[in-house]
Amino acid sequence: MINKIFFLYFAVAIVTLSLVIITRKSLVHSVISMLALFFHIAGLYLFLNSEFLALVQIIVYAGAILVLFLFVIMLLNIREDELKEQYASLWPLGVSIGVVFMIALLRMPAFILGSKGVWDIKAVTEATNTGAIGQILYTEYLLPFEVASIILLIAIIGAMVLAKKRFVK
Amino acid sequence: MVPLDWYLMLGSIVFCIGMIGFMIRRNIIMMFLSVELMLNGVNISLVAFSHYLQDLRGQILVFFIIAVAASEAAIGLAIVILITRNKNTIFIDEINELRG
Repeated sequence: MINKIFFLYFAVAIVTLSLVIITRKSLVHSVISMLALFFHIAGLYLFLNSEFLALVQIIVYAGAILVLFLFVIMLLNIREDELKEQYASLWPLGVSIGVVFMIALLRMPAFILGSKGVWDIKAVTEATNTGAIGQILYTEYLLPFEVASIILLIAIIGAMVLAKKRFVK
Repeated sequence: MVPLDWYLMLGSIVFCIGMIGFMIRRNIIMMFLSVELMLNGVNISLVAFSHYLQDLRGQILVFFIIAVAASEAAIGLAIVILITRNKNTIFIDEINELRG
């Protein structure tokens, strides 16, 4: 019962914050609401027995990506009083398409779950979520791990090459 | 014990709200924020599956999704800075020429 009350608080907060994010006129308000949303999602991950992912979510998403967004908003020098149009002209069509898709997703017939794996709660708690992810990531998923590091390297080099000022001689 | 369906419904609601935000806002930074919202909706579903199926592959996939989302946000925002430096606008309805 207490589980469901906690989950309902997180669910209502997440849905409310995401509605706030897409409807704010000011960009900084949206980014700060997104910060609160990421903390709630990290709390949900803690609820699902994955504390490593909760910390990675807070450090990477809330600590790096949102700060990047705020820096870009500062660099673009957007004057908030000059933001004239905030919604597309055909916004009822967009909202109705989204609502129809949401109803179609929520009314999906029940599916049959696959077979359960070996990492039940006791095994994950014994190896700690970080250790369990490490055991799998470095043995079975080593190639995607190295590819992800190359993706991050390309992102760093690309962002630096794209955004530097060209000095006109 | 919270049923798995509740987590999946929450993930799909967040995904659809992100999709609606992507379609109705014509501000390029708001569109990026909606894409991040969609990715987080998918992450919620994946971690819920990983918990209920007692398999860690969902969490590994979330790890990679977070890494790829970070690099995509970095490069996308660098491109946004370049475009708005030339065109002086952030509404994508006004960025409608292919040549800068």
